Amino acid sequence: MGMGNGKPPIVEIAHLSKSYRRGSQTIPVLEDITFDIADGEFLALMGPSGSGKSTLLNLIAGIDKADEGTIRVGGVDITSLSERELAAWRAANVGFIFQFYNLMPVLTAFENVELPLLLTGLSRNERREHVELALQLVGLSDRVDHYPAQLSGGQQQRVAIARAVVSDPAILVADEPTGDLDRVSAGEILQLMDRLVREFDKTIIMVTHDPRAAEKARIIRHLEKGILTDSDGQPASPVAGS
Amino acid sequence: MFLLKLIIRNAFRHKLRSILTVVGIAIAIIAFGLLSTLVGLWYHGVEASSASRLVTRNAISLVFPLPLSYKDRIRQVPGVKTVSYGNWFGGIYIDEKHFFANEAMEPKSFLELYPEFILTPEQKDAFLRDRKGCIVGKRLADTYGWKIGDLITLRGTIFPGQWEFVLRGIYRGAEKGTEERALFFHWDYLNETLKKTMPRRADQVGFYMIDVERPELAAEVSQAVDAIFKNSLAETLTETEKAFQLGFVAMTEAILVAIQIVSYVVIVIIMVVAANTMAMTARERIAEYATMKTLGFGGWHIAGIVFGESIVIALSGGLLGVALTFPAAQWIQVELAQFFPVFTIAPLTIALDILAALAVGVVAGIFPTWRGATIGIAEGLRRIG
Repeated sequence: MGMGNGKPPIVEIAHLSKSYRRGSQTIPVLEDITFDIADGEFLALMGPSGSGKSTLLNLIAGIDKADEGTIRVGGVDITSLSERELAAWRAANVGFIFQFYNLMPVLTAFENVELPLLLTGLSRNERREHVELALQLVGLSDRVDHYPAQLSGGQQQRVAIARAVVSDPAILVADEPTGDLDRVSAGEILQLMDRLVREFDKTIIMVTHDPRAAEKARIIRHLEKGILTDSDGQPASPVAGS
Repeated sequence: MFLLKLIIRNAFRHKLRSILTVVGIAIAIIAFGLLSTLVGLWYHGVEASSASRLVTRNAISLVFPLPLSYKDRIRQVPGVKTVSYGNWFGGIYIDEKHFFANEAMEPKSFLELYPEFILTPEQKDAFLRDRKGCIVGKRLADTYGWKIGDLITLRGTIFPGQWEFVLRGIYRGAEKGTEERALFFHWDYLNETLKKTMPRRADQVGFYMIDVERPELAAEVSQAVDAIFKNSLAETLTETEKAFQLGFVAMTEAILVAIQIVSYVVIVIIMVVAANTMAMTARERIAEYATMKTLGFGGWHIAGIVFGESIVIALSGGLLGVALTFPAAQWIQVELAQFFPVFTIAPLTIALDILAALAVGVVAGIFPTWRGATIGIAEGLRRIG
């Protein structure tokens, strides 16, 4: 397969299908999706509601199971992993950024960022160093003891980004990361994500409705009724960025 | 430690809801503890009874008397150390609300049989010398403010008339549980009065009390006594004092069972209330559990967090309930002293309280724990917003 940015693919999706059952009905969501995402890429997935973009994101992140097809991430076929293996794989390889931040309201910014590190063998001091570095990266070193309710939406999303990157995963998945933010805060979040790709070589897969957010991505893919298309509506090349 | 911190913070996240649940559990635990203590008190007299004392009564029923002449024949049975006798008097002081036990006893042998009733030598002599004298327990004397030399009048029910007694002694119990709310007077006073007013009822006693030389002789002596009076006009039934007391308890067993059922129902009700609270809590936090799973936490982590929260809330209520049970018991002991001679919370009751609180936490946590542990991530994340 070719590479969008000259780097080898980190995500390889082949003949991926997914459907949901509603009563006796089977509703297809994704149909025979095949494409790769190069390492260090910033990809935006767009499409109308119900087009399957969040489902595709969930499948790539290993939080949902495909009906058919394979997904290889960093050489690992995640479709063959058990729930327990997937949980460990997610903890080590994927960072999550959600539309509504999904922070624990009873934990401070510091503790929220520390959460994924509890699953590692790091000592308390090592965890503190990692958390401080992550919060410094997102510009919230002065908010470590604040609870989510004491932070603005933009600040909460930055805490969520710090939580996503604190364990240094290769891939970040973002589901409408600016969907709950005002224009200025959204701009800041997108700048931060762009910086993560450029300076820290992260691969970001972002689902968004917002064309302005999508513009920040290097590659945009559309999903229409479960089928992946290019920006011009043609069936997408199997290689993102080509 | 981190997860414990998360559990405790989660438990008191909705302060009003958590406090109401904790208070509800505490009230249930207080009720459970007090009702359990009440049931235990029912057996108080049984537990306080001596293993070497026997009671002989009419085999048909306690309400039928036995001839006084049985006394000497019982005394001759091998193994018998002391024989005393008496009648349940059932007199009323002022009115029925002021109930306390009052019995006519043969005083000398009675005090020998019951060394746990402690009198000063002077008061004991004064009581033995005065045929119209009586002794009362310290708690009873305190209740009515009686002092040595006071005249106490009882209205007879089983033995009609106004009966006057001079208070000659106030006894103390040797142990905390010894009955201190009773009045005892001379059986001779009753018998001599009956000889004048109801001669047919004279020279008859309600029961004999027998002290055996060694507790292990109790069964043998019982059989021997009953054998003597077999096929007589008044056959006897001799049993240990404990069995005799249990017979009284058995008469009110239905009340006991009802109280026990109520105490368990209280716990079941609070289980349902706590389970509802935990189910609401878990439902609200499904997205958070899904987020934690997304980050790599397993079902067991989530189960621990949900279950831990349920246990923390239930134990908080349980400990508060236990702490408040003591002042509640103290209040009952002071304010309702006429009904409850002692109202002490036993260590076993405290253990049962904690166990009941744990049971509430476990039952309330089962469904939310299962729900939180098994929720699919994608499904859980959809609950947001």
